[in-house]
Amino acid sequence: MRGPSWLGALRSAAFERYSSSPLPTEAAEEWRYSRIAELDLDRYAPVTDAGPISSSETVSDPVLDAILSALPDAVAIEVGMDGTVAVTGHHPAVAVTDLAADNSPEAPIGAIAGEPDALVSLNLALAAAPLVVDVGRSSGAVPTVIVVHRVGTNGAAVFPRLLVRVARNADASIVEVLAGSDVESLVVPVTELQVDDAGRLAYVHVQMLGRRTWQIALQSSAVGRDATLTSAAISLGCDYARMRTDSALVAPGSTGKLLAVYFADGHQMHDLRTNQDHRAPQSTSDLYFKGVVANRSRSVYTGLIRVEKGARATNAFQTNRNLVLHEGAHADSVPNLEIEDNDVRCSHASAVGPIDADQLFYLESRGVPTEAAGRLIALGFLDEVLDRLPVPAIAAPLRLALAAKLDEAESIEASLVGVAEREVAG
Amino acid sequence: MSTLVIEGLRATVAGREILRGVDLTVHSGEVHAVMGPNGAGKSTLSHVLMGRPGYTVTGGQVLLDGVDLLPLPTWKRAQAGLFLGMQYPIEVPGVSLRDVLAEAFTASGRDATQVPALVGAEAARVGFDERFLLRSMNADLSGGERKRNETVQLGVLGPRFAVLDEIDSGLDVDALRAVSRRIEAATTESGLGVLAITHYTRLLKELHPDRVHVLSKGRIVTSAGPELADELESTGYAGWAEDMEEPAGGATAAGRPPDPFADPFA
Repeated sequence: MRGPSWLGALRSAAFERYSSSPLPTEAAEEWRYSRIAELDLDRYAPVTDAGPISSSETVSDPVLDAILSALPDAVAIEVGMDGTVAVTGHHPAVAVTDLAADNSPEAPIGAIAGEPDALVSLNLALAAAPLVVDVGRSSGAVPTVIVVHRVGTNGAAVFPRLLVRVARNADASIVEVLAGSDVESLVVPVTELQVDDAGRLAYVHVQMLGRRTWQIALQSSAVGRDATLTSAAISLGCDYARMRTDSALVAPGSTGKLLAVYFADGHQMHDLRTNQDHRAPQSTSDLYFKGVVANRSRSVYTGLIRVEKGARATNAFQTNRNLVLHEGAHADSVPNLEIEDNDVRCSHASAVGPIDADQLFYLESRGVPTEAAGRLIALGFLDEVLDRLPVPAIAAPLRLALAAKLDEAESIEASLVGVAEREVAG
Repeated sequence: MSTLVIEGLRATVAGREILRGVDLTVHSGEVHAVMGPNGAGKSTLSHVLMGRPGYTVTGGQVLLDGVDLLPLPTWKRAQAGLFLGMQYPIEVPGVSLRDVLAEAFTASGRDATQVPALVGAEAARVGFDERFLLRSMNADLSGGERKRNETVQLGVLGPRFAVLDEIDSGLDVDALRAVSRRIEAATTESGLGVLAITHYTRLLKELHPDRVHVLSKGRIVTSAGPELADELESTGYAGWAEDMEEPAGGATAAGRPPDPFADPFA
């Protein structure tokens, strides 16, 4: 792998730690409800020039194209599976560093995320092109960066690594998109977000990988004094898509808003795990996750609000709502609180249920056919999160992607019901 | 000229018979008021006409120009020209008035691109604030605003018959007047036939009925001209016993589950 010697040393040490620690299992609380037991790393290999797998296939996705055109002034970074990095566009406040480039300066990768499990160690060891995006203070429009990973090779193991640093008083919008074709591959992204004092970061993670792909992602953030992070995860693709979000509020007055929209159909599973970690007084966290499960799919949301002793005058909110479209689908919602200070305002709410019969009746009574009414309700349900998207320009393409998911779910359901009826008939 | 004929309509809720043979005929352009004591079956009548889940029809028919509506799903009844103005219009998160009316237009082969202009015009007629139009349906609206919203939809959809279930409840005087005027205008402009279900005579001061019916114990027990409303104003429903109650919990007893998305901390 290419890279300066300091990175080589870091990679070797990480690989040592990976080799000497076991892979996570469902016995660990962090991995309960997951499908980690099914993970067979031997089926995948990193994409390198010399390796058995070459990145020859191209991935195109109309939603990705729409997202790119919705952000015409963004600095766009295309990261190849083999670690090639192509940057287009420019903004005076944005600096992009490919840590695998010769003579790249040392960067504190892992300082925010740590290494909670062996897969995060493996990411550090095998990330072909760890990137740092630094955003400084600027006047005028908010600097916007889009990072694109295209995964289109069977058997590829891909380890995207990104560190975003938003300087004191600076504003930034970062969109990271994982797009893929229908390949069996493993994607292990680790993203670290650092927002310095009074900075404001909008970050959106869009996962549209192929439906035989696995994602095991970690997003870790540290929010400084009077700074605000608004992050959103849009999870659409994959066979199994896990996303762990660690949001640490490390200084007084820090705010972390966490949003997610997920939609599972077929036999997909979305696994979302969150930590709202209040380590300082007067910090605020507000989590709003909404998901739809269709066909035979599953989702699980597990969230912990942790308020350290001394993190007084803290506000922490957590809401997770799930819409179950078909009888064969299943959603779990598991909220947890761990409060060590008395002076906190904290609430959590979670719900799992089918389309509301009253809402359906109301729309039907206006002459909207049952199926169209169900669509409106399901898309409206998710729209409540998209309405709060911190990069509003990409809401329209995401709405189209969700509408397409709904179409897909309906056609899968029609074929599942057809099979069931034939079985009964036979 | 259209006709809505309700004939021998019987219905049960949770196994209990609430409607025991309702007969009513409404022609285009007419306003009929259905009044009655609490528990007479007034709300049940409106829900059964529109096909709300939780109600079981056990007899009779509802003919709109000869076509029986009862076998049809709710949306087809609406497309056939029936409208229900609800007592408690339901909040639909993330879905705007325009989205709903555009879908309804598309489904009936009407030009959905006309919806924004029609909605704007109707909103102006009943004084419904334009800024509510892009919001979630009925979200954060007062009772009066919700009824104005119902009336906007009625105006845009242009049904042949409207069943108005306690449209006057929760309305201030201004809203009551605006809503009543719009409905009355529709009876002459488009020949709308109206079945206004109400407990109070207040509505009938604004929306002038051609016929007034008293519903008691699941049957129409008397029908007369508008003077009957004045009589009820002075005598009340004393002549008709209030011995039959709606099932416990009112509408919730219609077999509907509690809101699965209700905030347990609310």
